[in-house]
Amino acid sequence: MISLAGRDILHHWAKYVFTGVGLGLLIGVTLSMAGIYRGMVDDAQVLLRSSGADIWAVQQETLGPYAEPSNLRDDAYRAILGIPGVAEASNVTYLTMQIRQGERDVRVMAVGFEPGRPGEPPFLVAGRRIARSHYEVVADVRTGFRLGERVRIRRHEYEVVGLTRRMVSSSGDPMVFLPLKDAQEAQFLKDNDAIVNERARTASNPALNRPGVPGLLDAILASQTASRSVNAVLVRVASGHEAEQVAENIRRWKHLEAYTRAQMEEILVAKLIETSARQIATFLVILAIVSAAIVSFIIYTMTLGKLRELAVLKLIGTPNRTIAAMILQQSLGLGLIGFVIGKTVATLWAPYFPKYVLLLPGDAVRGLAATIVVCAIASLLAIRVALKVDPATAIGG
Amino acid sequence: MKRPVLRVVGLSILGLVLVAGFVLLMVRSGPLAPVRVTIAVVERGAFENAVFGVGTVEAERSYAIGPTVPGRVLAVHVDVGGEVRVGQLLAEMDPVELDARLSASRAAAARAVHALEVARAQVRDAEVRQDLAGRNARRYASLGEQAFFSDAAVEAKRQEADSAGAQLQSARAQLDAARMDVERLDAERAAAERQRANVRLVAPVAGVVTARDAEPGTTLVAGQSVLRMVDSASVRVRTRIDQGRSGGVRAGQAAAIVLRSRPGLALPGRVTRVELNGDAVTEERIVQVVFDEAPTDFAFGELAEVTIVTTRGGDVLAVPGAAVHEYEGRRGVWTIADGAAAFVPVRTGETSLDGRVVVLEGLQAGERIVVHSERELEAGDRVSAAESLVAVRR
Repeated sequence: MISLAGRDILHHWAKYVFTGVGLGLLIGVTLSMAGIYRGMVDDAQVLLRSSGADIWAVQQETLGPYAEPSNLRDDAYRAILGIPGVAEASNVTYLTMQIRQGERDVRVMAVGFEPGRPGEPPFLVAGRRIARSHYEVVADVRTGFRLGERVRIRRHEYEVVGLTRRMVSSSGDPMVFLPLKDAQEAQFLKDNDAIVNERARTASNPALNRPGVPGLLDAILASQTASRSVNAVLVRVASGHEAEQVAENIRRWKHLEAYTRAQMEEILVAKLIETSARQIATFLVILAIVSAAIVSFIIYTMTLGKLRELAVLKLIGTPNRTIAAMILQQSLGLGLIGFVIGKTVATLWAPYFPKYVLLLPGDAVRGLAATIVVCAIASLLAIRVALKVDPATAIGG
Repeated sequence: MKRPVLRVVGLSILGLVLVAGFVLLMVRSGPLAPVRVTIAVVERGAFENAVFGVGTVEAERSYAIGPTVPGRVLAVHVDVGGEVRVGQLLAEMDPVELDARLSASRAAAARAVHALEVARAQVRDAEVRQDLAGRNARRYASLGEQAFFSDAAVEAKRQEADSAGAQLQSARAQLDAARMDVERLDAERAAAERQRANVRLVAPVAGVVTARDAEPGTTLVAGQSVLRMVDSASVRVRTRIDQGRSGGVRAGQAAAIVLRSRPGLALPGRVTRVELNGDAVTEERIVQVVFDEAPTDFAFGELAEVTIVTTRGGDVLAVPGAAVHEYEGRRGVWTIADGAAAFVPVRTGETSLDGRVVVLEGLQAGERIVVHSERELEAGDRVSAAESLVAVRR
């Protein structure tokens, strides 16, 4: 028993293989698009995972700290620690900012955290954790910073002591972790010119700079520069306690907003990246339809190209089933080649995307199934044409 | 027949290579690939711990020099940066009427001395008078017994003598009063002199002037300063250290001070005092660090980074801090067993400034542990050791 499909492919192998490669590149683009969508969702989730928190306590009536700005006093965590079921609570600040590195600006999310508490980067790919309480940072590799490099954030220079990976904000900006007090300064302390101007403005106010009250002006100036705010308090719930219960207690008694992990995920995935994710998803659907259309056209034209040979086959009495199987096999083969090449190129070019591309094995399996189904359906049209061929055309010309 | 066979073989080889490459790629990268990690061997060795804090250069003893009563500045004799001796005249307040009051008081004191002389003379006069009157009275009394004088005449003489005694008493009292007056006016004069001296502002210690707050002609209330100066021997770095790390800091420990003006230079210093009062709001402990040899050019208020060496251990088991993780609520490190990650809980001690963590129990020297990993590890993850994780990845 000889394989009709194999024989036919061998006959036009170059055409067949190149068609497969072309199809593969198209499938690669589709898989990458799915990867971009997954990456986007993962960016939002990795932010939650890396913070290691069960509950986010933020300013009342806000969706903070990621979706909306939120400010609370940095001693709020002490009150939260006293609530039953709270194992750990720590202050954290988030600030998206540009950091200068030589000639270029790097857009980062600066995270202020307390070493050893929730919010610190869970793992490193190089270097060490922050050991000093000032002037050290751990950066995501995507920032392009190297170990030992000194970067300037606002008024201080910081040394990069560690590198981590996949620590990004929900919009994909790499994170830079710095000690909380430095981060508070970076976020709330103004630049020198602003401070000097503000001092002069206060000093020129006769109500605040009274000759009979020495020390009043100094006291006011000191109170202007102090910063005692953070953006959120991360709470880790003790085992055996329900996160929602603890969050409800925080909401009720501490007059703060509290979100559990599920609620936070809802805010990030459903609200923050919703439109861009839908945009990608729509494009993904269009790409899939286009790919399916192209596959069916290719199979169809390939069949049209060998109508005469099919007529000969029919003339010598080949059963319809065999002819149909040949076309189906060729179509599936094309799909398989395309999938293998597509998956390969998608994997190879994924790291070069500026934002994260997550290729899930589940997506690949789904892609393979879709490819096979699409190829099978696409071959139906061609099979219909092949079966309708009049054997007489083989001799009639 | 030859060519098709060749073609079949060729295409099969191509297909096999493609499939093999695909499989290799799937296994080597992506979610199915082993997690690349870096490995360290646990070692015993010297362990030096230090704490790090940020401080400002301050003088522990600083002086605000100003008047004790409201007044106008008459003259300021020194300028910012000037070195001053103990007792040196720095500034003067306008004495206004104090000079006149002082001379009035001096004149009054001198007059009191004269009044004292008068009182003394009066006492002497009264003594003489009393003496004479006494003798006259005695004489009249004896002659009166012999009936040379009438009783009335004798009694008149006795009354004279008694009166002279009372006058003497009065004169003595006046002398005492005059003496008191001298003392009072002397004291008043001294007070006026002190007040006059008080408008002269002098240096309480040797030091250097740091600020000139008022110029001649300025009117100040009591408590405002004309000049501020510091005792230059008391220069130190007031260092703030995170409470969580301040446990091992003691007076006498060596410290390295890096001034912001000279980032590359570590100046040797010493902890002189760990303040009892911490800062409850910023959760920091305050430590005074003194320079072994004070630098000549620095500014008060300058930022300084202080590293204090707290503990030194000779034979301590320590691991890189990046290796210690929190997993399922326990602290520990990842080790490799049969190519897969396995979690080993450990009890950890202090963390040094170079990021090493002391392991108190749970590990033995010579064990291999995971330091860096491409992602967060889970128990059973397949891992592969690599030299470095950064160079390859973007």
